Amino acid sequence: MKKLSNSSIYIVLTFVSILMLIPVLWIILSSFKSGMDLYEWPPRLIPKTFSLDNYKAAFSQGNFLLYFGNSLFVTIASTALTLLINSMAGFALAKYKFKGRQFIFIVFISTLMIPLEVIMIPIFTIISRLGLYNSFLGLIIPPAATPTGLFLIRQFLLSVPDSILEAARIDGASEWEIYWKLILPIAKPVISVLAIFSFMWRWNDFLWPLIVISDPKKYTVQLAISNFIGEFNVDWNSLIAMSVLTMIPVLIVFILFQKNFVQGMVTSGMKD
Amino acid sequence: MAHKNKINRQKRIAPYLFLLPNLSIFIVFIVAPALYGVYYSFTDYDGLNKAKFIGLENYIEIFGDMKFWLIFKQTGIYAAIVVPGIFLFALGVALLLIQKIKFKPVFRAAIYWPTMISFVVVGVTWKWIFGDSFGVLNYLIELMGREGIPWLTDPFFARMTVVIATLWCRVGFYMVIFMAGLQNIPLQYYEAARIDGATKVLAFRYITLPLLKPTSVMVIMLCIIDSFKAYPLIVSLTGGGPGKTTTYLVQYIYRYGFEKSKLGYASAMSVLLFAVIAIITAIQFRSKKEDM
Repeated sequence: MKKLSNSSIYIVLTFVSILMLIPVLWIILSSFKSGMDLYEWPPRLIPKTFSLDNYKAAFSQGNFLLYFGNSLFVTIASTALTLLINSMAGFALAKYKFKGRQFIFIVFISTLMIPLEVIMIPIFTIISRLGLYNSFLGLIIPPAATPTGLFLIRQFLLSVPDSILEAARIDGASEWEIYWKLILPIAKPVISVLAIFSFMWRWNDFLWPLIVISDPKKYTVQLAISNFIGEFNVDWNSLIAMSVLTMIPVLIVFILFQKNFVQGMVTSGMKD
Repeated sequence: MAHKNKINRQKRIAPYLFLLPNLSIFIVFIVAPALYGVYYSFTDYDGLNKAKFIGLENYIEIFGDMKFWLIFKQTGIYAAIVVPGIFLFALGVALLLIQKIKFKPVFRAAIYWPTMISFVVVGVTWKWIFGDSFGVLNYLIELMGREGIPWLTDPFFARMTVVIATLWCRVGFYMVIFMAGLQNIPLQYYEAARIDGATKVLAFRYITLPLLKPTSVMVIMLCIIDSFKAYPLIVSLTGGGPGKTTTYLVQYIYRYGFEKSKLGYASAMSVLLFAVIAIITAIQFRSKKEDM
């Protein structure tokens, strides 16, 4: 019986995985189709010959490596900042009773509902008044205070029993020590989740770079790609190669951090 | 006693200090621009010339704008399909993925993968698959001797395509959130239930579901907000067409703001959108108060 139900789990998961991966596989395999093979009809999944032409073309388009480096720098810096400030704020909202707590939480959550596309102009005004226009700081700091991340960490920490905080206080721990030495280790699974998300958000972000950056030397990958679509007759060959290349860092981060939210299973089994 | 006072004082100030960095960034870059937006909603503003205060005129105009309400209804229907779809799909997959099975990392990565792809690329890929005359899917359907389906040019199928694409690229995200939530449930509870002879179904009903509530509430809220804000994916997939059948609120607003340069009117529509999502969220909060 146990065996049977296990094998049905495998069947379902394999089926779902294949469905999810077909389009991805399609992009990846297509990126190796050279020249006109990309437009071949009837379409074939496996390229006739595997060629690296598209990748060569991608690297010769503008300064792909520079954009890649810019994206990497901005993404890592911003994600680090997100993890720190979101976890601090999430902790405060989950584990302290104080005046204005509910109100502040609702303000945070409600900003989620504002489509950034709509307030682009005022954001631009503020960015340039603060002298952040065309600077990496303008890409790193403003988007770091993510409401989703804060929400995620708060919900997770709600289930941490107050008794262990009290015990730490009686043992003489300061509030900062409680956050740094007690809460952060407990929150490791959810912080890993946020690390994965934040890296992805910043890496794939298009709107902030669009608002903040105009100097081509400071372009991020996504900005470069979309400019690339806009400016020329779209060259699908190098576009598809660029798209595949941009997936790699996000995938690496996912693989690195996904172990942590499995480990969480063992450590978070604490008693109330 | 002095020690205790010190603890209490620390405990009182600490949350504000913990909130400070996040909150200040937030207020400067999001709340302040949003308030600007609210101000614009009472003006006639084209983004270049000075905004002219016109009171409630924009709002009055919206109430008579049949197109806006049509788009509104369309967005609501889209959300009503996408939200439960994502919820069930993501929870189901997450439940399977916390079982003791092999190749977990492979399955997880596979299902999360579409989430990682930027919307621009997602749109392009799906066009390739769903394209009417050059799409792979229709090619396969025609190989089987049937007639191709107008995936992107027929209103019904275009809507369906948009829903499928949304599910495809959002399920992984919520799956990860569910997995983190599920793993936060102490294993002892399941141990105890097992010893008491509870079946897996019972354990799910009486342990998993209640303890997962904070996560579920969050997923539903994020999902609703997400679907009301759906924009980049759909623009790159259908461009909002055919006609306006897959145009949702944010795209409609965006068009007014930037293509027709009616920023005042667009801002008023955003304020309304904000109000609607806020009301839905508030209802959620109220009905699940003890978990929030």
